[in-house]
Amino acid sequence: MRLQMQALLAAAILWNSRLATSPVEAFCGFYVAKADAQLFNKASKVVVARRGDETAVTMASDYQGDPKEFALVIPVPTVVKKEQIAVLDSALVDHLDAYTAPRLVEYFDPDPCNQTAPDGLATMFLSSLASAGHRGDAALGVTIEAEYTIGEYDIQILSASESDGLMSWLTRSGYKVPDGAAAVLGSYIGQSMKFFLARVNLTEHGKLGYQYLRPIQVKYTSRKFMLPIRLGTVNAGGAQDLIVLMLTEKGRVEATNYRTVRIPSNVEIPTFAKAEFGKFYRAMFDHGVKKDDMRVVYLEYAWDMGWCDPCAADPLPSDKLLALGAFWVDPARRPPTQGSNVFVTRLHVRYDAAHFPEDLMFQETADRLNFQGRYILRHPYAGQPACAAAEDYHRRLGLRHVREAATLSELTGWDIRSIKNKMRGDGR
Amino acid sequence: MAHVSVMARVSVADARNWQIFSLALLLTYGVSVLGFDQTLFNAFLIIATALATQWLCSRTLSGRDFDPLSPLITALSLCLLLRASSAALLALAALIGVGSKFVLRFGGKHIFNPANFAIAVLLLSTDAAWISPAQWGSRTWAAFLFLCLAALVLSRAQRGDIAIAFLGTYIGILFARAFYLGDPLAIPMKQMQSGALLLFTFFMITDPKTTPDRRCGRLVFAALVAALAAYLQYVYFMPQGLIYALFFASALVPLLDRLFPRDRPEVRFTWSRPVLN
Repeated sequence: MRLQMQALLAAAILWNSRLATSPVEAFCGFYVAKADAQLFNKASKVVVARRGDETAVTMASDYQGDPKEFALVIPVPTVVKKEQIAVLDSALVDHLDAYTAPRLVEYFDPDPCNQTAPDGLATMFLSSLASAGHRGDAALGVTIEAEYTIGEYDIQILSASESDGLMSWLTRSGYKVPDGAAAVLGSYIGQSMKFFLARVNLTEHGKLGYQYLRPIQVKYTSRKFMLPIRLGTVNAGGAQDLIVLMLTEKGRVEATNYRTVRIPSNVEIPTFAKAEFGKFYRAMFDHGVKKDDMRVVYLEYAWDMGWCDPCAADPLPSDKLLALGAFWVDPARRPPTQGSNVFVTRLHVRYDAAHFPEDLMFQETADRLNFQGRYILRHPYAGQPACAAAEDYHRRLGLRHVREAATLSELTGWDIRSIKNKMRGDGR
Repeated sequence: MAHVSVMARVSVADARNWQIFSLALLLTYGVSVLGFDQTLFNAFLIIATALATQWLCSRTLSGRDFDPLSPLITALSLCLLLRASSAALLALAALIGVGSKFVLRFGGKHIFNPANFAIAVLLLSTDAAWISPAQWGSRTWAAFLFLCLAALVLSRAQRGDIAIAFLGTYIGILFARAFYLGDPLAIPMKQMQSGALLLFTFFMITDPKTTPDRRCGRLVFAALVAALAAYLQYVYFMPQGLIYALFFASALVPLLDRLFPRDRPEVRFTWSRPVLN
């Protein structure tokens, strides 16, 4: 099934490529692989759709453990009503992830060994639930503003007047809250934020029969354009990856309190990278994070939702965009055309408490320039040309291979000699 | 003759030369190392528009000699700070900024810092322009670079008082907020290590032409801008808080000058002979 999908995509790209003005330099191959969120351990995916102050945040976790131990605590700017909460199909978020993922252009050669499975909690806002517990207590300064059961989740909206009371309430209710969370909770209380708590209703979960936990969506109206990351950094074992997929009307989104930079893109790399694109992208990301001292938010994709070139996945149709919270989309919109009123931004951040002490704050800009993480493989001519121009071609080819090796080494930090050895093994 | 008079102005004695040098250096650093979204074409367009506006306004409105330094500073500030979805808007910003100096005047001074005025007007009136406050990152060494360059400028423009008062108040508010929320010190430390904050402090709010004449007026002004900026940024969640705060507070400068008049009304600030009232 997956292979079939990929073949269809490749055909679509070939068709697109005929529009390119300079087929040698521009894309003229197959889309072959994408580096989606699956590549990164402990990666959370969040979709934020926002126009004006109307915001919809959809959180997908790759939680693999026992559903009864799952618990989510998220600070939200306002009390959220039942109709503002939804449980979505994971496929929606996965589709957007695939559409925006950094891509390798060439022939597709799947390497299942390269797909690293996430091994651990996606702990962006997670804390784990030790056991079922008691109800809250007004004496602790905690007010349960609302309680709902939606899909497979039991949801509570809390407001609190002080952090110690909230900590006691959470502990008494069976939440295993890490040490150090009190200060962060206190800060959110000081900022008049509420708390959105979700855990799995095992009866509903069993009835619905999903093998995984579906993403939760919360809608609210607030001037605050932010994502709370601080709770997730308390007691987290090392840095975490967060992929934020923004749907806006006007243009690209950037962080306003951390530098946002474009991921290196449109570079030619040795063809052996074809079989290990995932490994290459991870290494490049790791190397970039190290070089930037883990203080930067990376832009991986910024594109008009009407189209793509090459497409790692088809643009999302109106119904999917509406489901993800892009309420301004016309349901009758014909897909896909350029100049649509949805602009997608994919931001990738690796963070921990030391380097990202503050929550992520964002702004929407009017920048509609398209950008994508795109990596190019160029195969040399396979035959044995015997003409005067062939000599020149081979000389230039040699220089190109040297350049490709240097680029790969610079991007990933890999040893140049082992790259060259690998290229030799690849017949270069 | 005109050529000679222009050359005479471009002397090292004028503090603005250091400002231009520093801003140009920062722009080069920003574009080449930090990857600012600023193209060479846009930079030239902004500079050319600013110079042309200055030249035209000098000839028609003020009747004074053409002075290239002030519009250059405005243009470089715009190159560093303002982003827009079209080049025409950037040119318009240069026109509005430099033009405001000649049109919006009170008591022999222009009211708004030209770059600040242009940015605020564009941000408030269109949704096609933006600023990227986090473009500098927050690495400490970069902050130090700023500080050193800025100190160089200040030593000659003699507006250290307003810079210190503004930074002191603003940073004080950041720490007070962190204390109130129980936040770790890392948060206000990070917030103050902002290139945008330092650039604003040393190259915008310190503009001697648009700040109050007397020191006490300047201190009140600095505190006002700091408080308003912090309010807009952290209560109203506006990342453009600094720009708006200076824009709105600048309208009060004529009032502050009235409350705290100069000792010697006949002596005005001039760049070739900076005076401290």
